[in-house]
Amino acid sequence: MAGQGPDHALAVENLSVAYPLKGRDKSGARRRLLAVDDVSFAIRRGTTLGIVGESGSGKTTAAMAAALDAAALRRARQRVQIIFQDPYSSLNPRLRAAEIVREPMLHAGRTNRAEQDRVIDELFEAVGLRPEQKSLFPHQFSGGQRQRIGIARALSTRPSLIICDEPVSALDVAVQAQILNLLKSLQRQFDLTYLFISHDLGVVQHMCDEVAVMYMGKFMEQAERDSFFAAPRHPYSRALLDAVPTIEAAARPRPPLVDGAIPDLSEPQTGCRFASRCPHAMPRCENEVPLLADATGAAGHHRLACHLADEIGSAASG
Amino acid sequence: MAGDLKISEPEPQAPRAQHPFREVLQMFVGNRAAVVASVILMLIVLAAVFGPILYPTDPFEMVWAPFTPPGTDGFILGTDYLGRDMLSGLLNGGRVSLTIGLVAALMSVFIGISFGALAGFYRGVVEEVLMRITEFFQVLPTLLFSMVIVALFGASLTVVTIAIGIVSWTAVARITRAEFLRIRELEYVTASRAAGASNMVLMTRVILPNALPPIIVQAALMVGSAILFEAGLAFLGLSDPNVVSWGQIIGSNRTYILDASFTVTIPGLAIFVTVLSISLIGDGLNDALNPKLRRR
Repeated sequence: MAGQGPDHALAVENLSVAYPLKGRDKSGARRRLLAVDDVSFAIRRGTTLGIVGESGSGKTTAAMAAALDAAALRRARQRVQIIFQDPYSSLNPRLRAAEIVREPMLHAGRTNRAEQDRVIDELFEAVGLRPEQKSLFPHQFSGGQRQRIGIARALSTRPSLIICDEPVSALDVAVQAQILNLLKSLQRQFDLTYLFISHDLGVVQHMCDEVAVMYMGKFMEQAERDSFFAAPRHPYSRALLDAVPTIEAAARPRPPLVDGAIPDLSEPQTGCRFASRCPHAMPRCENEVPLLADATGAAGHHRLACHLADEIGSAASG
Repeated sequence: MAGDLKISEPEPQAPRAQHPFREVLQMFVGNRAAVVASVILMLIVLAAVFGPILYPTDPFEMVWAPFTPPGTDGFILGTDYLGRDMLSGLLNGGRVSLTIGLVAALMSVFIGISFGALAGFYRGVVEEVLMRITEFFQVLPTLLFSMVIVALFGASLTVVTIAIGIVSWTAVARITRAEFLRIRELEYVTASRAAGASNMVLMTRVILPNALPPIIVQAALMVGSAILFEAGLAFLGLSDPNVVSWGQIIGSNRTYILDASFTVTIPGLAIFVTVLSISLIGDGLNDALNPKLRRR
């Protein structure tokens, strides 16, 4: 499922993740919740793909499935690492900072102690921690510093791909900026590829070369950053962007709020998942699942899963 | 590094590296009752270890007239109904009681951690089976069950210790399982898993050390309850008749409780003070290991 192409750091094809539920449906099959449904993406080396979506849209599940699937292959494991959301629960409270950074190297079979220490020293400097902080325990650090340790840990096996699972959403805004800048500079320094999960469109716009919008386990829209933020095509993407509070938006008449029920993913889906909340929904949207296809008239790479692609596309440009 | 970035943040002077263990120790030392209890328990342990060497009277030998009150004729704690030296009985009995308490507690901690860790880590069928077994042991009347074991396999010290261990591990299993269920969901466990740690490493090196504090507290309290348990069995005459223990002294002298109450009171006090000390230490450990009470 997860593999590596010649110029891609990660290529994921037709990834689905289902959680088993209690009970059985009418046909007698076990009920399950389809958290990620047939998602495919590829990330070019040295670039960042951002996956945005609401809580529960399956974005973290998709990323973790890709990561742990790759980790199951021993050789790939060292090359894929994760930066976690919560800097308070992602560091083992019983280990000193240096040992936390050392752990992935031990599991990767890099047992040369002197070499490990050299890597640790180098990474502490790279993430902006002082050498004397190596012997401290996690609770002696602030949230931002803890996230730096988490970043150093992710870098210790010299990965080519790092999955950033909302790496700044648990931090306050000033620290967020520091960490995001750090991630960007490390990307240049170590030639990293990021899969960046976030619900914050501002962060995604700052960080990512490409954006994928996920809703209820499916990609709704996938496009290059500039193309996406200049003209989001999918009704859901627009709703997301409209929901971002800005000073101009406060002065504007309020856009129609997205309401309506979210679909029950334990039931098989017959149509577009967003149909129940979409302001433009038509009968076809209820009965036919829209496929991700190239959007017409877009400048660069821009894909869309919407039956109304053409109408909305022209409406957006008009 | 690139020039547009400023990644150094103004920070206060870093605190000195302090091992969590030191922090716990500081917290424990601040608890006066626990410190006093530790000193008392230390004295009791020293008396049990070195007492029989420094005071080599055989606890089973009839050395003087029965029911000699404490302090007369050179017998500091008097003699029992057969004229045996109470002090010698107390010192030798302490060895047995403390050893049984410690070994039985270690045994139940070992069984409990094994069950709880496997159940909490693997979930699913493993958890169902292990927790049903735990519940089976939990609903058995403990004293009755251990009496059956002793009656079946004979009243030797080993059997008594095993009997106590077998009936008292369930609490540890439940605590361990609860901690594992909580900790396995934390991101640092996922981080270790993603780094390639095996299940065994995750259980023993990552989760268990973080699950230990409540288990340590429970283990301390269990030493006390195991001593009480042994005393109960010995009182009923179900302990090894060839070794003295505090419970056994009480049990054998119980008919004379009105004529020579000191023969029952003295070992009873020994049990009381020991178990109370252990409980206070357990309480102190509980406070010291509880991060919510710790000042950061």
